[in-house]
Amino acid sequence: MLTATVARQSGAIRRPELGRILLEGRAFFALIVIIATFAMLSPYYLTLSNLMTMSSHVAIFGLLALGMLLVVLDGGIDLSVGSTLGFCGVVAGFLMQGVSLKAFGVILYPPVWAVAVLCLALGGLIGLVNGVLVSRFKVPAFVATLGVMYMVRGCALLMTNGLTYNDLGGNAALGNTGFDWLGFNRIAGVPVGVVVFAAVAVATALVLSRAPFGRWLYAAGGNERAAELSGVPVKRVKVSVYVVSGVCAALAGLILSSQLTSAGPTAGTTYELTAIAAVVVGGAALTGGRGNVRGTLLGAFVIGFLSDGLVIIGISSYWQTVFTGAVIVLAVMLNAVQYRRRPARAA
Amino acid sequence: MSAHTPRTPRPGGDIVLSARDITKTYGSTRALRGVDFDIRAGSVTTLFGENGAGKSTLMKILSGVVTPSSGHVELDGKRVEFTSSTDARARGISIIHQELSLAPNLSVRDNIFMGRELRGPGGGVDFAEETRQAQRLMAELGQDIDPGALVETLRLGQQQIVEIARALSVDSRILIMDEPTSALSASEVDVLFRVIDDLTRRGVAIVYISHHLEEALHVTDHAVVLRDGAMTARAPAAEIDLEWIVRHMVGDHYDLGSPPTGYEFGPVVLEFDALGVVDPARGAARLVDRLSLSVRAGEIVCLYGLMGAGRTELLECAAGRVPAASGRVLLEGRDITSLTIAERIASGLALVPEDRQRDGLVQTMTVGRNLSLASIRSFVERTLLSDRRERAIVDAAIADVRIKTAGGEAMIGALSGGNQQKVVIGKMLATHPRAIVLDEPSRGIDIGAKAEVFRILAQRAREGMAVIYSTSEVAECFAVAHRIVVLRRGRISAEFGPDASRDDIMAASGEAVLTEPTPPMVTDGSPVTC
Repeated sequence: MLTATVARQSGAIRRPELGRILLEGRAFFALIVIIATFAMLSPYYLTLSNLMTMSSHVAIFGLLALGMLLVVLDGGIDLSVGSTLGFCGVVAGFLMQGVSLKAFGVILYPPVWAVAVLCLALGGLIGLVNGVLVSRFKVPAFVATLGVMYMVRGCALLMTNGLTYNDLGGNAALGNTGFDWLGFNRIAGVPVGVVVFAAVAVATALVLSRAPFGRWLYAAGGNERAAELSGVPVKRVKVSVYVVSGVCAALAGLILSSQLTSAGPTAGTTYELTAIAAVVVGGAALTGGRGNVRGTLLGAFVIGFLSDGLVIIGISSYWQTVFTGAVIVLAVMLNAVQYRRRPARAA
Repeated sequence: MSAHTPRTPRPGGDIVLSARDITKTYGSTRALRGVDFDIRAGSVTTLFGENGAGKSTLMKILSGVVTPSSGHVELDGKRVEFTSSTDARARGISIIHQELSLAPNLSVRDNIFMGRELRGPGGGVDFAEETRQAQRLMAELGQDIDPGALVETLRLGQQQIVEIARALSVDSRILIMDEPTSALSASEVDVLFRVIDDLTRRGVAIVYISHHLEEALHVTDHAVVLRDGAMTARAPAAEIDLEWIVRHMVGDHYDLGSPPTGYEFGPVVLEFDALGVVDPARGAARLVDRLSLSVRAGEIVCLYGLMGAGRTELLECAAGRVPAASGRVLLEGRDITSLTIAERIASGLALVPEDRQRDGLVQTMTVGRNLSLASIRSFVERTLLSDRRERAIVDAAIADVRIKTAGGEAMIGALSGGNQQKVVIGKMLATHPRAIVLDEPSRGIDIGAKAEVFRILAQRAREGMAVIYSTSEVAECFAVAHRIVVLRRGRISAEFGPDASRDDIMAASGEAVLTEPTPPMVTDGSPVTC
């Protein structure tokens, strides 16, 4: 489905010349270069098992990045996703320990599916708060989500008193086992987390390119006033993107705590920045209206495969930070070049 | 308005700045073709012309903002090439844009010296010296403005004075003013004119651009008229009158179509019932004052009025962009006052906004996606968009309003202004409205595109659509309108048929009769220094 979109879009009237192909496909070529380089440096890098491991790392902040993409397309930003990820993980851990209702003298052990649904709803609720703050109360997105980021992180710490839930296994007798499914099981050899990530990516791409909502989002992000005068429900779009971003963060939180078999209140710290980086490396404009799922996926894989590769060949994690930063700066510079040369296609 | 008494013409000195055979092309459009233009020391040269005639392009060339495609600029008889507006300013040429370029959060002094702060002995800013110089400038201008006051606390007229002071602080010999009076109250205009008088006496050359023809006529010494990028006439002020200006501005062969005839109007489609809009920034000030108007199917109504007469507010209120403070909007008898913009579009009312860049187009999208934006719901098939149906809508719209484009896939920025305007109109027509309101649909587009826009309106009216368009060009009132409604300060001041005279319309709008007292707009009680 994604490749079909690519093919249709590059089939434009003008004949593309080499420079433009390199510029527009820069994230793709960067990924090829990264994979080729590390494959030469380490025989282990290009093995299937390593690719799967790296992909499940990518899946976590890739999910955040997909939600972030929607927010960025609308011209906003969501700094709260890392905290939401951590908080939803902690809430899942809390629910897995059993909820004791003193008034009734019982301890409830919700089944795993109910835990998942509750966590996703919580993520959506946090997103709703962001969306309402930004669209109704006109708080700048950066400030609103910064505040929510602190509040949500604080709630996670309060809930556990700073400690970590280590036992997420559940108990067969209580019927709440299976939380590790998300993090450890594989479907046709692919980790469940990666499958979920792919499914969300396909759904997002479909919505962006084929659904009225996607068109509204590109229009509202490109020129909110013009979109509103054309009958686009810009407020509803704005609230929706933050809700989706929150749900994506909750989903990532579930997968991460399942992978780690523990839920800590500081999980996901600074992940929002990695997500923004992936979106930006993928060619989206922070001013809104420009960007797509394909680019964001490439951005997420570039960042993930680069840092994992550096780990594998044994380079200090401090250098990883430097490299990641350099990639982001380079990407944004090239974005500026591309958008200056000619306006990019929207989707 | 004592300043509007006849005054002795200024003698005018040597030519200080001149444009020689200037041509400027943007892509395929020629903004200027072979223009010669002279500015004399100690006198006011006024540039007349409609929107899109090339006035601002010419001024940008003279002030170094853009470079001409061919031709050159002479300063004191010597050929010069400005590298930037800073370069031009260093040589004594300053421009005051219609939108003031002041930082409202800074003081008058800081604004005057912005970007070239005076340095003290320690390398820091010498605020004391800056304050002294700012005070001296204000004294020279005869203005009692505190250099320490924040610009945002000043009235618009005073802010304009600050801009002028800034220009004078760099010893400008040539001062270009683009629509300096459009936001000023009558008393502030008087102050400005006195400042202009004073400046010319000191030998400053002034270029003045205004849509207030009569006002400009009063202040000018030399008139130059531009039309479609070419200079059509020039004459000293003593030899010209309003009629001369208008004739040269619009030309003899100025055909924008005629009102469609040969059919009966249908029932009333769009009706404003005692509609009021208040200025949110100024509390109770009424921008539209209990205005009632109805338009029938097949009828084209032209709204004429000066800037601030309430045209835009009225039309945006009709479309749902600004809330109505009082009254109702009725579409085919149904009260739509409380509906959202989307609901109004769905029920058959479309707005083409005044500023197509800001309100009309999404620059990041293609021509096709802009065209289909308002009618997305009509090409949804089983919750997804149908490419086939969208393409049909886009192709029909491109053919219908005759957009010159490589196709729906082209980027919107690649189109000329006129074609971009047709995209905005085509987008709203694609929603199949029963009534369409267009705010200055002919603004900033060339004459051929104007005629096309009016042709589209005439055709739609013939098919039974109710049409309202607004304009600030008198000539365009006569294009296709069956009825000309003149607005003045939020009310209808007169209604005419298509056979009205220019003078009547301009008189009703308040444009041509400057001797009539204007209500005071000073709100804080402190009188403007006179």
